[in-house]
Amino acid sequence: MTDSATGQLKRTALFEQHEALGAKIVPFAGWEMPVQYEGILAEHKRVRSGVGLFDLGHMGQVEVTGPDALEFLQYTTTNDISGLAPGDAKYGLLPNDNGGVVDDIIVYRSPEGEPGYMVVVNAANTDKDVAWWEELRQRRLDLDVNLDDISHKLGMIAIQGPLASQVVGKITDERIDDIPYFSWKNAEVAGVNAKIARTGYTGEDGFEFYATQDDTVAIWSALLTAGQEEGIAPIGLGARDTLRLEAGMPLYGQELGDDISPYEAGLGWAVSLKKGEFVGKEQMQSVKSAGAPRRTVGFMTTERSASPRSHCAVQLDGREIGYVTSGTFAPSLGQNIGLALIDREYAGIDKPLQIIVRDKAVNAVQVKTPFYKREA
Amino acid sequence: MSAPENLKYTKTHEWILVDGDVGTVGITDHAQQELGDVTYLELPDTGESVAAGEPFGVVESVKAATDIYAPLDGEVVERNDGAVETPEVINTSPYEGAWLIKVRIADPSQLDSLMDPAEYSSFAEGAGH
Repeated sequence: MTDSATGQLKRTALFEQHEALGAKIVPFAGWEMPVQYEGILAEHKRVRSGVGLFDLGHMGQVEVTGPDALEFLQYTTTNDISGLAPGDAKYGLLPNDNGGVVDDIIVYRSPEGEPGYMVVVNAANTDKDVAWWEELRQRRLDLDVNLDDISHKLGMIAIQGPLASQVVGKITDERIDDIPYFSWKNAEVAGVNAKIARTGYTGEDGFEFYATQDDTVAIWSALLTAGQEEGIAPIGLGARDTLRLEAGMPLYGQELGDDISPYEAGLGWAVSLKKGEFVGKEQMQSVKSAGAPRRTVGFMTTERSASPRSHCAVQLDGREIGYVTSGTFAPSLGQNIGLALIDREYAGIDKPLQIIVRDKAVNAVQVKTPFYKREA
Repeated sequence: MSAPENLKYTKTHEWILVDGDVGTVGITDHAQQELGDVTYLELPDTGESVAAGEPFGVVESVKAATDIYAPLDGEVVERNDGAVETPEVINTSPYEGAWLIKVRIADPSQLDSLMDPAEYSSFAEGAGH
């Protein structure tokens, strides 16, 4: 791993494995990461029908401890985490003072017997988030709290797909099939200590492992070996993006940003206006009361075309009404899908849109999200 | 990566097979590898003109869309509708099944500015990853 201050790209402990597995490596959020191995379509389908393995060592993690850790997180994030039992987790947002979003995050309360919380943040935002939290800590000197950016020492691996549980069961004596969605626990896996969380970013069942960078190598190898029968294979960032978009999950920098309200992004459910004071609350409250001026909607194109991509203009009868935040060919559906941020008066299931793709107006219709939902 | 001997190549990773005054155009094995899984292909109709170095079509993979450039000036005399219907043939057969258009060559001297297989191979390896 190299220092980000030098401007050099960082590598996870699994970098050599990726090269040996034939990955195509690209720069991503300051890291050299695998974008694909066998190909995005094949990897995508493998996760939907079997099981795939992801290196997420680039993701950031911040430990929040101290007597006032809970109060600090309640003040600096949008969701209400006061009810989290030890070992439970919740999705939320790191807000700015204007009611926009600095990052989207998952707050894990430490398992029984361990203090504090761990917050998982986006790789590209880690430094910015930590700086913002430090600033907010100065604003709340009444709170006794410690912030520790542990991103550099912590590794992260995800295993996702309908067969994920079966594979993980083979490399630990700990029961894992009873871990509820959005919970985690300590376990010895492949001879090393890790925390196993039932979370993910694909719309499938699966787990995320947190361990030291070096220990993720042992877990990675053990999972690849244990999952041979299930057809496990590594999955790159390319398929990670098509999987999350089919599952209707937002990506920071596309659906979320400094100047997009959570209510515009369709993430009002991750904002608790009842829990007491927090950063940006008043601004969010007023957007909610007035009704968000823009809405994030799902769409499918209804004619053959190149795929809509982020920043494509969205029109209705020649009038610009918004833009595409994410778009792709959806491998599970065999057609083009996307999310768009549009003026609210035009939002509604089955209502038409035109997406300007490479200077051509392509007809699309608004549809419910998620675009893909796994069978229960 | 392969670069058949009987073809000429562009710096934008197209190939052309010349037969009399007709050139058959496609994209190279290197290009399809760089693109990844192709999901969509857009080609001009027969009768349309193409110009050297100008885009005549679009090929799109899950990752991104890319223009396809004409190696030389000419008029489209045939297009591969099969490749438009099943664009993944670009990945499986870039030099045969996935020929894209046939062009009546306007100025054969433009062929001289294209690369031969050896030049293209070293060019693509230098540009590639």
